[in-house]
Amino acid sequence: MIKLEKRPMPSRTLSMATPLIAVVITMIAGGLLFAALGKNPFEAIRTIFWDPVLGEYAFYYRPQLLVKAAPLVLIAIGLSLGFKAGIWNIGAEGQYIIGAICGAGVGLAFYPTESILIFPLMILAGALGGWAWAMIPALLKVKFGTNEILVSLMLVYVAEQLLASMSLGLLKNPEGHGFPGSRNLNDYPSATSWINEAAGLHWGMAFAFIAVIFAYVLLNRHILGFNIRLTGEAPRAARFSGVNPTRLILFCLGTSGALAGMAGLFEVSGPSGQISIDFNVGYGFTAIIVAFLGRLHPVGILLAGLLMALTYIGGEIAQGNLGLPSAAIQVFQGMLLFFLLALDLLTNYRVKFAAKGAA
Amino acid sequence: MTAPLLSISGLTKAYPGVVANDNVSFDIGESEVHALLGENGAGKSTLVKMIYGLVKPDSGTMTWKGQPFTPAEPKAARAAGVAMVFQHFSLFDALKVSENVALGMEDPPPMGDLARRIRKVSETYGLPLDPNRTVGDLSAGERQRVEIIRCLLQDPKLLIMDEPTSVLTPQEVDILFKTLNKLKEEGTSILYISHKLEEIRALCDHATILRLGKNVGECVPAETSARDMAEMMVGDTLQTPTRTTEKTGEVVLDVSGLSLEPATPFGTKLKNIHFTVRAGEILGIGGVAGNGQDELLAALSGETLTWKDAVKVNGKEVANLGPNARRRMGILAAPEERLGHAAAPDMSLTENALLTGAIREKLTGKGFVNWSGTTAFAEKIIKDFDVRTPGPHVAARALSGGNLQKFVIGREVLQRPEVLIVNQPTWGVDAAAAAAIRQALLDLAANGAAIVVISQDLDELMEISDRFGALNEGRLSDIRPAAGLTIDEIGLMMGGAHGMEVAQVGEDA
Repeated sequence: MIKLEKRPMPSRTLSMATPLIAVVITMIAGGLLFAALGKNPFEAIRTIFWDPVLGEYAFYYRPQLLVKAAPLVLIAIGLSLGFKAGIWNIGAEGQYIIGAICGAGVGLAFYPTESILIFPLMILAGALGGWAWAMIPALLKVKFGTNEILVSLMLVYVAEQLLASMSLGLLKNPEGHGFPGSRNLNDYPSATSWINEAAGLHWGMAFAFIAVIFAYVLLNRHILGFNIRLTGEAPRAARFSGVNPTRLILFCLGTSGALAGMAGLFEVSGPSGQISIDFNVGYGFTAIIVAFLGRLHPVGILLAGLLMALTYIGGEIAQGNLGLPSAAIQVFQGMLLFFLLALDLLTNYRVKFAAKGAA
Repeated sequence: MTAPLLSISGLTKAYPGVVANDNVSFDIGESEVHALLGENGAGKSTLVKMIYGLVKPDSGTMTWKGQPFTPAEPKAARAAGVAMVFQHFSLFDALKVSENVALGMEDPPPMGDLARRIRKVSETYGLPLDPNRTVGDLSAGERQRVEIIRCLLQDPKLLIMDEPTSVLTPQEVDILFKTLNKLKEEGTSILYISHKLEEIRALCDHATILRLGKNVGECVPAETSARDMAEMMVGDTLQTPTRTTEKTGEVVLDVSGLSLEPATPFGTKLKNIHFTVRAGEILGIGGVAGNGQDELLAALSGETLTWKDAVKVNGKEVANLGPNARRRMGILAAPEERLGHAAAPDMSLTENALLTGAIREKLTGKGFVNWSGTTAFAEKIIKDFDVRTPGPHVAARALSGGNLQKFVIGREVLQRPEVLIVNQPTWGVDAAAAAAIRQALLDLAANGAAIVVISQDLDELMEISDRFGALNEGRLSDIRPAAGLTIDEIGLMMGGAHGMEVAQVGEDA
């Protein structure tokens, strides 16, 4: 029988190094996968990891990297707070969509008035939208003890239906010749999140950095962050310490919802430009991977967000240049999380091949 | 005495960083009750696990009736005639006694036969037990009987018992000792592990004393004083806690009519509990584990809220206040379970100091944690309570049970409580540290704190309490002055021997 035994003192160095080791193993296993598909594995790995940063056309890809990383980091930071406390918001994708709808809706309501106040108002509306969507699983959990994983996940599909109905109805561009989708917010100077579109800079990146710093200070310097970590590590000790579990659930789900909503708003008013049936591309789900890849640590999440963006951009280049199927790229990304979790387990536990225990 | 039944010679077992047993040798004769005595961490458990085939020795030999004895697994040890009653029971609550016994057998007979055999053994050895009862309904003492009968059905030559009396009332201990003496008369040898010296003096023929994995001495318990044995165990002279009798003050903690539904299905319901504690007084609350101790602590610490006028401190209603509000009023608590309840296992001692110290030690300002102040507080606990650890950055999980217990108690005592509630303050702590903790509690009381000590260690309660009560199935007995209580009276307050005739007497008392 195989048994897992908790290590009394897991190595700190190893626990810091696991993300790097996981990346290396993913490269090896991914290389084998690409080779099995008949592609040159070295070229494929180089295309994914090297070309976007230091390749010939890197000047074009580098801003793209930030554009992809910003929403991932912003959402993952919010999720990591809850994950640390054992509160599992799996529905960031839904909160992201609702945030985008609310934020874009506010912006479109003012069209074509120009004012410096419109964009801050949109950010607020986006955050509130995401927060409100996350409050549904939060309130159901504290009032009726429902499982936040299921409720938040199912609300993603509700949000997707709402998005479709919005882009076909209420928010549809009246001058859009009947095509689904809203006006393009990039054509509305007061409502765009681009700071400098040519350089690929938008407000989402600024907010992602602010969120990283905010989360770092919260977790390391503030009693609320301490309570979040304590609840995740030892719920009973947290109650003994005086942590109010209801307030903690509302805070964690609310914050992650607000950040996801803001990410949605920045995306819809910048890189995506308009509310359309499928403007969301799964950032809310990928951010879960980013949060864990970054060890739920704010700085780690920043790096993991960049790495994930790299595999996206690199994956696209590999699809275009080498003809790799997109499914193979997704498998590649999945491997990354798989190896990370497996290594995590081995850092904290050792495997024992033991005989059946005594009666 | 003829050739020994089991002869152990030079047994050594090392784990990374610690030598659990270092060249241990002793003999157990036929029909001998042999005590294995030592503090927590002295290596008693590792030694018996080697005899029972659960752990392989690194070096050394065992001889069983003159033959080399190297059990590779418990099955082999059982086949040779070794049986073991563990400290923690491995029984299924939902199954009947006979079904539980059958589960532990290699080749169980039909249920009817088995029930008859259980009845026969239980009558022969004076261990009353109905094979058709569900284990979930049994008391701790009765559950232990199931384990013992399970062993006796194998006709063991050597019965190993690991701390068997820690879950028993004094009356139940008497019953157990009668059984063990009868087994001894019939030729069974018993290896008896304990740190309770008076029991060993009453029961055992020989004692081997372990300290830090080494055999540090042997003695004939009946001819050796408990104090001498304790000093052999500790390797040092023992300080007996001293109490300076102070006049007690006003009633500080007033609990009246406290009833509480359990939070979990296996919890105990608290039923109409009344008591008061005055300033400068220690109230000892005894009772076998699982009779409402955890629930009582939770209701007093504020983890569980009660809605009626059940708990008052200095005349103020606190039943609806949470732990932090109570801490502000000076009501502090230290739960029994160290890892996961009193302390977060993977967090550092500094972080664990913050866990309860944030409010009274003013370790936060506008919500921001003063980490240097917190580290200083953790260092003060480590220094004042002699916690053996490299420093406050170490994770709580890495400390030995006794050291963490010192930290947990020290953390509350140093916060100058007005009311302190502790559950099992010296559980798993070595004798010297236990004495230090008891002394700290006595000093705290002398300075005017009202203290409730919940414990299963009656010697401890008699040593430090001014008044004594016992929890039994969620009810608290009448509170009586501790001085002059006899062990029989205490036993009856604890509910006597569960499931026995005596229990009836207990309820009348």
